[in-house]
Amino acid sequence: MAGSGELVVALAGQPNCGKSTVFNMITGGRQHVANYPGVTVDIKEGIISSEGKRIRVADLPGTYGLSSFSNEERVARNFILYQKPHLVVNVVDTSNIKRHLYLTLQLLEMGAPVVLNLNMTDVADARGVQVDPKILGERLGVPVVTSVASQGKGKRELRRILKTLRAPEPRIIPYGTLEPFILRIQEKLERACPDWIFPLRWSAVKLLEQDETLLAELARRGEAGEEVRQLANSLAEDFRKEHDEDPEGHIAFSRHLAAKELAEGCVVATKSTTKTLTDRIDSVVLNRGLSLFWLAGVIYLLYELAIVKGYELTAYTWPYLAGFRSWVASLLPPAHFYSEPLLRALTLSVVDAVLSVLNYVPIFLILFACIAILEDSGYMPRMAFILDRLFRKFGLHGQSTLPLILGGVFVGGCAVPGVMATRVISDEQARLATILVVPLMNCMAKIPLYTLLVNVYFADHKGFAMFFISTITIIVALMAAKILTLTVLRSKERSPFVMEMPPYHLPTFFGVGTRTVERTWLFVKKVGTIIMLVAIVIYGLTSFPGLSGGVRQSFEDQERTLKNAFLQEIAGNPAGKPFTEDSRAIDALITYWDSYQNGIKQVSSKEEKKAFLEEYKKQDPDFFAVLLPGRDKDAKAVQGAFKTLLSERGTLQRSYKEKVISSSLLGRLGISLEPITRWAGFDWKVNVSLLSALAAKENTVATLGALYQPEEGQEGAALEERMESQAKGFTQLHALALMIFMALYPPCIATLIMVRLEAGKKGTRWMLLSLLFPICLGFLFASGIFTLGSLFQVTGLQAMGIFYALALAGALVLSRIEPREHKNAYGMEGR
Amino acid sequence: MRLNELSPGTKAFVKKVHARGMISQRLRDFGFFPGVEVKVLRCSPLKDPVEFLVESNFVSIRHEEAHCVEVAE
Repeated sequence: MAGSGELVVALAGQPNCGKSTVFNMITGGRQHVANYPGVTVDIKEGIISSEGKRIRVADLPGTYGLSSFSNEERVARNFILYQKPHLVVNVVDTSNIKRHLYLTLQLLEMGAPVVLNLNMTDVADARGVQVDPKILGERLGVPVVTSVASQGKGKRELRRILKTLRAPEPRIIPYGTLEPFILRIQEKLERACPDWIFPLRWSAVKLLEQDETLLAELARRGEAGEEVRQLANSLAEDFRKEHDEDPEGHIAFSRHLAAKELAEGCVVATKSTTKTLTDRIDSVVLNRGLSLFWLAGVIYLLYELAIVKGYELTAYTWPYLAGFRSWVASLLPPAHFYSEPLLRALTLSVVDAVLSVLNYVPIFLILFACIAILEDSGYMPRMAFILDRLFRKFGLHGQSTLPLILGGVFVGGCAVPGVMATRVISDEQARLATILVVPLMNCMAKIPLYTLLVNVYFADHKGFAMFFISTITIIVALMAAKILTLTVLRSKERSPFVMEMPPYHLPTFFGVGTRTVERTWLFVKKVGTIIMLVAIVIYGLTSFPGLSGGVRQSFEDQERTLKNAFLQEIAGNPAGKPFTEDSRAIDALITYWDSYQNGIKQVSSKEEKKAFLEEYKKQDPDFFAVLLPGRDKDAKAVQGAFKTLLSERGTLQRSYKEKVISSSLLGRLGISLEPITRWAGFDWKVNVSLLSALAAKENTVATLGALYQPEEGQEGAALEERMESQAKGFTQLHALALMIFMALYPPCIATLIMVRLEAGKKGTRWMLLSLLFPICLGFLFASGIFTLGSLFQVTGLQAMGIFYALALAGALVLSRIEPREHKNAYGMEGR
Repeated sequence: MRLNELSPGTKAFVKKVHARGMISQRLRDFGFFPGVEVKVLRCSPLKDPVEFLVESNFVSIRHEEAHCVEVAE
């Protein structure tokens, strides 16, 4: 990669050194996530040009060291080893220089062309730590640049230094008693593998540390490599025996001493620090009595800002989206009397699906901004600190807090950002468990069905029913997480909980802004495109194979009857003359009416409305008279008859739709599932609406609406009333079973795609698991409630209470189960 | 004595880290070396994990992991 006249610069540093702020400052926000084969951790890249030179800046993941234990460390190290950047800018938190030099020394040891960036000197000043860059530069033998990236200070110097070319020269760190061992491996390696491209001494040290990457390199060299490996192993064993110490421990300690010596040589402490500001904040924020209170406040604020306020914002943005839909609709061939042309129906269903995602953009902008602020401020690790104990009992991790909140712990979240946020969880087992249970939370799209059912069937106990549904999900999710970690996730890697509590920071507007836009765009791009495809598939499944000739004929007959009734009604009326003369004019009037209805919605000002009406009058004065008869009695009579026709047409359209759905592939599936779903009390109508909800849960209520047609005298009745009167056999117990199933419903397509992306290796398998296990779990609970409930003749409300108590008890029992080989999970107490 | 036995507000010196692999690596990253002073800052409202100050690093560790660190007052 290095070469071709382009300079490659890597930014390396420990977490919380302000590296991404430095990256933003250097690249000015023009950045993208680069794709490197086999890399699961994102590497961001920005390209800048300076005096005709193209410089590609790669932001490596923040790492404490360069071992091959964690994914981040492997990625960062392999980038330096294999991509061979021209320069490695090592960003360092000046206020905590000793720990950060620990990484610097490792970079230098592997021969990376390092430039040191002393960042956050303002924080250091406040803490009374001053570092002399000149002395440090001389001792390290590398150029040193100071900066305060959060204030944009040091930008020019940093950009200038990017062009310095440095010859890589490995630094020698004294390893004391380990030296003879290193020397022997080094000699052996040089003889056995003459084509070895990495610095020899560094390689010898790494082999003593049992470094995976280098062991793999050796394995590639066959027998010669095997000899070196064996020697390194036996020497490591010898050292262990002689010195009662692990070589890796000795190596780390030597580096630590070297870093300490360096730091002591160049740090001038101006005042002795007693308590840092962060420590003082933490004594309030993490106060044992108050911390849960603060946490609840933060969660509440997150909901209030993103979900509540964001939802209010969509009221302002929706008209634009609706306007776009009307505009598209006006371009498409007009609807027929009771059906729609394929092109129109298909295009509109795709547009609707995409708009349903775009509608959430305001919510996501606020949500992602809030997360970025939480991340940058340093509160995230505190959340993990507060709740870790609780989550760990169920196989999750303190860092699962945020993903679960985003998924909608109580009511109103979205699983997509929830799954995205699992990335920070360092424990692989807990991360996968969190990915799998986040979709069980109550996302915004599940709410309409809850509201519908609660309003119809639990009207007298709304408060309890809402409390039930918003807390049962987290209880079930914790149980599910525990069961998953005890079974399918049992063998997944667990990592120790050793987490830095970084100093608090004031987030920068620029940092928060870029990340917000970036993540929202990623969401829209990924989800939007997939949703389009899914909408087409769902359309196909709900429309084909279509109706038989006989049924179609009966609809045509009904159309004719309705039109004849209209004609009879207006017979002899002079205003109805165009229609009695040529009955095709009825269709033209309907099209005219539809297009008028569509157009008038987009008219806002008085002048516009006037012009709009003028235009329609000019188009066809006869139709216009029916549209707005004014005081014309004849025209008024025609309008009356026409309105009756329209309402009859509406009924015919809906019953046509119902017929099409019920004879479609999805409808047939819904009907054929009835024998099984009967256990849970679901009829085919519920089945179809649940199946269509797979694409997006918003569909549930819409499909139910299409299936529960208004009956005679019920036109305009809300779906609540229609369900109540038509679904006679549908009881509270049915409603409860349906609500429970919905609560545990498998993730929507958008979430499934995120699950596949975030799960990493074998993502497709995890995606399928996250699709299937909630179906099983939900169906098990729903049929349990319905079948047992019917058997013992309890009401839905009683069943609700019993189920809640059982779930609580189940969770309590599960929390007591200790996974096997828990204690010795990381080889502690070893030798 | 082990690190998880200390109560908030107390100080101790690291004697030895009884662990290998990833956990010892993580502890070393934050400066848990023999002779280094560790201060117990606070524990979580649910008791576990505990926050420590090691030199100038603020680190929180579960009891389980803290048990690997042998300390002396």
